[in-house]
Amino acid sequence: MNINQLIFGRYLPGNSFVHRMDPRAKLLLSFYFVLVVFIANDWCGYLFLALVTLFCIKLSRIKIKVFINGLKPLFVLILITILMQLFFTSGGHIYWQWGIFTLTSNGIISSVLITVRFILIIFMSTLLTLTTTPMAIADAMTALLRPLARFHLPVDEIGLMLSIALRMVPTLADEATQVMAAQRARGIDFNHGNLFKRGKALISLLIPMFVDSFNQATNLATAMEARGYQSGKPRTHYHQLHWQKTDTMALIVMLLIIPVLVFLRK
Amino acid sequence: MSIIKVTHLNYQYEAHKKILNDINFTVETGEWLAIIGHNGSGKSTLLRCLDGLLTPQSGQILINDTIMNDENIWQLRQKMGMIFQNPDEQFVRATVADDVAFALENAAVPPQLMQQRVHEALAAVGMLAYADKAPAQLSGGQKQRVALAGVIAQQPRLMLLDEATSMLDPDGRRLVLQIIKQLRQKYHLTLLSVTHDIDEAIMADRILIINDGHIIKNDTPAAIFTDKTLLSQLNLPIPYTEQLKNKLRQYHVPVPQGFYDIKEFVKYLWTLSSKM
Repeated sequence: MNINQLIFGRYLPGNSFVHRMDPRAKLLLSFYFVLVVFIANDWCGYLFLALVTLFCIKLSRIKIKVFINGLKPLFVLILITILMQLFFTSGGHIYWQWGIFTLTSNGIISSVLITVRFILIIFMSTLLTLTTTPMAIADAMTALLRPLARFHLPVDEIGLMLSIALRMVPTLADEATQVMAAQRARGIDFNHGNLFKRGKALISLLIPMFVDSFNQATNLATAMEARGYQSGKPRTHYHQLHWQKTDTMALIVMLLIIPVLVFLRK
Repeated sequence: MSIIKVTHLNYQYEAHKKILNDINFTVETGEWLAIIGHNGSGKSTLLRCLDGLLTPQSGQILINDTIMNDENIWQLRQKMGMIFQNPDEQFVRATVADDVAFALENAAVPPQLMQQRVHEALAAVGMLAYADKAPAQLSGGQKQRVALAGVIAQQPRLMLLDEATSMLDPDGRRLVLQIIKQLRQKYHLTLLSVTHDIDEAIMADRILIINDGHIIKNDTPAAIFTDKTLLSQLNLPIPYTEQLKNKLRQYHVPVPQGFYDIKEFVKYLWTLSSKM
């Protein structure tokens, strides 16, 4: 998977309810959901959250297969966490023991719980990135940081930096491909040899890339100045975020999850 | 009326030799002025001084009878647009429409009006269908058209082109030049283009030749491109029509003395052949 796909290839254009939601609402709800997942601690609660997640996925009209594929890159991480929970949790009935490894009933339960947590969080954050462009997420972050401008946080500058960084990723990726091809033509081997050798080969990529990105940054800054950009000056925004009634409603419905979870515990 | 008046302009980087040495010239409103010269002749530096991106050590730049200084440069710049050489290094935002809006955002144009101007500017360069595309999905020529739209959206009086077509393939270059020509007519722009491209220089009303920081020639394309001694002295290529005329003369075909661009010359040739 190349870096472009990692950052940009995930967005699936569409016109579902989730796609049309304000990115600020989606971002807030994603954070909120992560919190909620850690509040739940029993089977009923998780079953309920799983249903909520499936409902949201249904609303996005994206196939569940896409979400399951999204788990693949994180498979190793999940596996390691499961094994840690499985063999290092104490308490409950001991089924098996060998050295520092113990397999207990508590361990089995908590490893299953952690897997469910993982899957729920990954599904929800995948839903965010599948239905929202990286630029909209950046816009939403800037908008949500806005109150901090009162404490002299340069919110607009951070927003612009974020969006320029996102915009330059494909350009720099192209550039890296070119530099690698040029260095290969000069006899550098990026794919063979031990770690030390490969690391050394990588230097021949990194140095030109560094020089290049500094040059690009300087020229981009000149072009921005020519187009009247002054940092700290009030600007208007071409992209207007529109908070709609449905966003408020989605927020309220999702807020109800906590009372339901509390109710289910009894 | 002169839109630009430059008097006794000098520029040098610290402790280097002078890049620009006592430059004087004027540009009339609505005129297209091409600036040509070798690499390092100072032509790009001159253009950057005119846009206030570099501050000259001495001399004066008048834009519309206003002397340019540090205080009014941001205001003057709102009526000037500049296109740079590298398509990727002037594409600031992540989509075409966003990028066109960038200068308008900086000028704090209200969002409603901004929508309208972006739409109009994209239509003027034929890029409306690409409004939501990312730069990585565009060719170099398309990116330069977006840059042109970004300038047009500002509703400028003056457009500065710094080798705007030099990184494009021949087709892209031809199309971008054609669009520049259209935009100039439609919006009554004054154009200043720094270029290496003889075809672009021929399209101008007047040409400045800069060498070693001095203006050595300030004349019409016709006068410059028929002056063989000047061309060979400066190592400039002879335009295609002039080469053709020389060849035809060898075969005793009657050719005119004046300077023609390709279209005019084709017209001359077919009227000639119908006479024979």
